[in-house]
Amino acid sequence: MKDFAYAVPATLARAAALWREAPDASRFLAGGTDLLGMMKDFVIQPARVISLAAIPELRGIREEDGALVIGAMTPLGDVIASPLVRARCPALVQAAAGIKSPQLRNMATLGGDLLQRPRCWYFRRGFGLLGMKDGKSLVLDGEDRFHAILGNAGPAKFASPSSIAPALVAAGAELLVWNGEGTRRMAALDLYRTPEREEESEFSLAGGEILVAVRLPAARPASATCEVRQRKSLDWPVAAASACLDLENGRVAGARLVLGQVAPVPWLVDVTSLLAGKPLDEEGAKAAAEAALKDATPLAGNGYKVQVAEVAARRALLAAAGKAG
Amino acid sequence: MKRLIRLRVNGEPVETAVPPNRTLLEMLRDDLGLTGAKEGCGEGDCGACTVLLDGLPVSSCLVLALQAEGREVVTVEGLAREGQLDPLQQAFVEEGGVQCGFCTPGMLLAATSLLAANPDPSEQEIREAIAGNLCRCTGYQKIVESIRRAARRGP
Repeated sequence: MKDFAYAVPATLARAAALWREAPDASRFLAGGTDLLGMMKDFVIQPARVISLAAIPELRGIREEDGALVIGAMTPLGDVIASPLVRARCPALVQAAAGIKSPQLRNMATLGGDLLQRPRCWYFRRGFGLLGMKDGKSLVLDGEDRFHAILGNAGPAKFASPSSIAPALVAAGAELLVWNGEGTRRMAALDLYRTPEREEESEFSLAGGEILVAVRLPAARPASATCEVRQRKSLDWPVAAASACLDLENGRVAGARLVLGQVAPVPWLVDVTSLLAGKPLDEEGAKAAAEAALKDATPLAGNGYKVQVAEVAARRALLAAAGKAG
Repeated sequence: MKRLIRLRVNGEPVETAVPPNRTLLEMLRDDLGLTGAKEGCGEGDCGACTVLLDGLPVSSCLVLALQAEGREVVTVEGLAREGQLDPLQQAFVEEGGVQCGFCTPGMLLAATSLLAANPDPSEQEIREAIAGNLCRCTGYQKIVESIRRAARRGP
């Protein structure tokens, strides 16, 4: 890892001010489990690292006006252990628990998971977010088995890596973002964008903006996350799905399904029209999962992910309804 | 530029100067001579570098030394007391939980944290607790049995 200057500001205003002094050379540090790995591999070489560890409003899990608010610097281990989160959004707890290493869960933070960079091996070896060399996509010419199967018509072929984002999008969560003067709110899904050019980001945050907290306006007890991994133990999911149901007298009134690891952004599918008015059963879950994947455009080597994602989606929907998949 | 930090390591106060790009693992091994924590993968997959930070296991290869400022670090060297192995270490010896030994310090610390929170864990809970620690020798069975033996015996 190259050397850098290190700062631990105690306020959001100070952190933003430090960032503005050297915008292109600064990175914010949350838990470090993703950023430090990239710095060790010289993929990112910031001249200044600004730790967010000493800013009190980024921490903690609390209820505020009936909403659940979780600070962005809250470790994933604390999210999993929280009875409040467990009661209000099982999908979120299950998503965090899918990261099987306690060592990573104890350092990695909620905000860091949402803002982690793609696992695309070309990106991780310094070929940029789009994985291009000499004007050609290394993904299309090379190994694409873990890349996107949806939303991949443009130059971005990477898969959104966040474990947490699908659960938050399914649950209708909002993000609170410090923009240097105050806090703005955005829907969780709006954090993500598909870059069209190499210099674009996969996040919609403006330079120097800081993710402060996640806000869940309503309890989402009928929610679940299911991942399919190659190994039961620590491994990246091949595909993941979070489902969130509105149930009225056991019948579906609304159903949001979000696929992870399959597109450059968390992939939201509203499957309400397929499921509404009936109790959720195996047949309905299967139909909704197939519908969610019907427009998939797999690359040469990742057609298998379509089936895997269908399985994750079906299991998540059934689990959200309290049924085993 | 080096920064002076204070922390506690294995119960003792430590004051040391580190450059910002030094990992906690490098500081422990190279500056403090505590070579129990090992560098395996260097990217948070293998758990060989596991230490306890404020009582919780972390991968010290993915933590900056500066992130440990003011905090409590326990390495495998901190488990034995007055020349006596602690009950977990003793159980690993008795059950054959150690083969090449490279993963052992990390396993011991992950298990220490587990037993502190849950003195009587099920086999599943033990396996979950060491899910971040790879072992390429034992097939895990002897390690799980070692942790169960230590749990039965109590602290």
